[in-house]
Amino acid sequence: MNPEPQPGKSQTLPKFKDLSKLLRDDRFWKIAGQAIALILVIVVIAILWDNLSANYSQLGIAFGFDFLNSQASFDIGESVIPYSPENTYRQAYFVGLINSLRVMGLGIIFATVAGLTVGIARLSDNWLLRSLAGLYVEVLRNTPLLLQLFFWYFAVFISLPKLEDNQHMRGPIYLTNRGIAVPWPVALPGFEIWVILLTVGVLAAAGLWMWRARVMLEEAKPGRQLFWALGAIGLSAILAFIITKNLPFRLDFPRLTPELQLEGGLKLTPEFAALVTGLSLYTGSYIAEIVRAGIQSVSRGQWEAGKSLGLKSGTMMRMVILPQALRVIVPPLTSQYLNLAKNSSLAVAVAYPDVYFVVGSPTLNQTGRAIEAMLIIMVTYLTISLIVSLFMNWYNNTVQIKER
Amino acid sequence: MRKWGFLLLASVLFVAPLASCRDRSAQTGQTTATTTAQGQSQQGSSRIDTIVSRGKLICGVSGELPGFSFVDEKGKYSGLDVDVCRAVAAAIFDDPEKVEYRKLNAKDRFTVLQAGEIDILSRNTTYTASRDTTTGLEFAPVIFYDSQSIMVKKDSGIKTLQDFAGKSICVQTGTSTEQNLSDQMRKLGVKYTPVVFEDVNATFATYQEGRCQGVTADRSQLVSKRTTLPNSENNVVLPIVMSKEPLAPAVKSGDPKWAEAVRWIVFAAIEAEDLGINSGNVDKLVASTTDPNVKRLLGKEGDLGKGLGLPNDYAVRVVKKVGNYGEMYDRNLGPKSTLKLERGQNRLWKDGGLLYSPPFR
Repeated sequence: MNPEPQPGKSQTLPKFKDLSKLLRDDRFWKIAGQAIALILVIVVIAILWDNLSANYSQLGIAFGFDFLNSQASFDIGESVIPYSPENTYRQAYFVGLINSLRVMGLGIIFATVAGLTVGIARLSDNWLLRSLAGLYVEVLRNTPLLLQLFFWYFAVFISLPKLEDNQHMRGPIYLTNRGIAVPWPVALPGFEIWVILLTVGVLAAAGLWMWRARVMLEEAKPGRQLFWALGAIGLSAILAFIITKNLPFRLDFPRLTPELQLEGGLKLTPEFAALVTGLSLYTGSYIAEIVRAGIQSVSRGQWEAGKSLGLKSGTMMRMVILPQALRVIVPPLTSQYLNLAKNSSLAVAVAYPDVYFVVGSPTLNQTGRAIEAMLIIMVTYLTISLIVSLFMNWYNNTVQIKER
Repeated sequence: MRKWGFLLLASVLFVAPLASCRDRSAQTGQTTATTTAQGQSQQGSSRIDTIVSRGKLICGVSGELPGFSFVDEKGKYSGLDVDVCRAVAAAIFDDPEKVEYRKLNAKDRFTVLQAGEIDILSRNTTYTASRDTTTGLEFAPVIFYDSQSIMVKKDSGIKTLQDFAGKSICVQTGTSTEQNLSDQMRKLGVKYTPVVFEDVNATFATYQEGRCQGVTADRSQLVSKRTTLPNSENNVVLPIVMSKEPLAPAVKSGDPKWAEAVRWIVFAAIEAEDLGINSGNVDKLVASTTDPNVKRLLGKEGDLGKGLGLPNDYAVRVVKKVGNYGEMYDRNLGPKSTLKLERGQNRLWKDGGLLYSPPFR
């Protein structure tokens, strides 16, 4: 795109000595406007900074992040990495960060699954399914998320049977108001061998799949892709079993100790469960509408073409409609993911120690470093949002139509 | 024409902040030079002047804690913390009602005070070294000596902190409570799970639901909150003392004149009880007393009030409108209240307690 030089306008800016000519030039004003805006921003920041340092010196404290290295001396309820109150505020921050990322990651996965399912269900021919999906979307989209989190926490997860009344519990799953425990795999010796061999098997399966697909297309022979691929994976699994003489993992079942504590399996606290459930279902209701809009944007002719080829409706959705709908779905989906990531800071309402809570509550309160703590939180969320956004933009590029 | 207007606007926007900036930095330089020498009071820029010209005191309270600060159905505040605000307003305006209350949660209270949104923080705040030094607070005398304890369900069988191994304890964040609990448990080597809330009501609701086997807070707070729980008699506050919790009102540091005024208003209420002055007999004593100590406190002799920038009879106003410390205690926490807390450590020094006012002379 080469802008055509307009008649009556010189291509270069007039020299500064032709002041009157310069002031009449549009381009000069565009540059000058930018410069003034920049100066204004700098001045405002300078004033705020000056104000802050004056207030801080009046209170006898100095701006800085040194406090991160002092001992935190508060406890955190759940933590993936080892943490104790002897650790520093910095380590407490990382505990919070990982807790946040855990919620965001799981939330995004569950919200996508819920959104996709409900979005497709809203277009179903089945009246009941369609209406239920509609009800879900309307109720969850039109009530505040904070209220929903309170509902999940107070009305659902901590209203589960008490652990002390253990006669109410059956089977391998424990649903108690101190948390949910489910069977969970525990690695056995030789787990690494299994991982390596299965990786090789999966890679081989992928290669075989592509080879058989080519044979099918080019030589018109039966492909039997599934047979070859499963064969490769099965073979590697048998090999691994022969070498290690056991399975890669065993299922660890939760059990109740005599001191009335849950042991083994995977334990989810009510706080974590409430937050992930609330966030996923809420964001899922928005994603459902995005999916519905995306599917409806695919022209009628594509459905008819699919039907005329004799495709089953599931196959048609998977192979014809969704790939085209994704072009419409992905950009608004990105902003829903960002919303979910940011909304996870509502964790504070249900006592889940996420990064916002850890830095914004005990740390801020014990050190009195309001500005520093808020800066840390802002930079953290900004970074997470940018990473999500970058990834989604990359993905968006892969699903858009490639124009040649 | 439009462009020139823009240029004009931009230059005004650009110059105005610069001007104000220079102005203010000169002022700050001056204050830092004089504060160290003789205090800000000489400059006449104390908060007490702002309060007088505003016509009311802005007081940060909790509003969630019967006995300390609580809002009834009519929107009226009451409690020991509230009475401190009322006493300060009475001393300044001769009217204890000239107070605007701000409900603050534990987490935000210091930031709000630092920002100057409130004049005084009277919100069952524990006087600690770090708050006094690094958080930019200036504490008034302690108005309630408390200790941290823990409340459990009667049928839980929990007696000591060791019994909490593997169990959960509900805590409110933004309190010294959170750190004390973790210190105690670390000392005993007990593994427990803290469930930490920002909101005091959520903390107790979660305990009530049985998510936590215990809830920890200052003893007075536990006793106070117990009254608001359904089936309150099923809960017991264990006789465990986890920490010292001296509760005191606080003001923003860097304003010695205002801090002194608040300090001596609180002392006046304690001294009044010490000298046997109460809301019933104060008028008579002002007229007829011969005791020089009483005369000085009530402003009949000397000019102790003037030195604080308050009217000389400020103690009379406090005692007449709000009462002496003992009256405040009895009304809010003691026999005349629903809590019926033993006065214990909060008796006067001469009755074996910890309350002691330096002499008014």
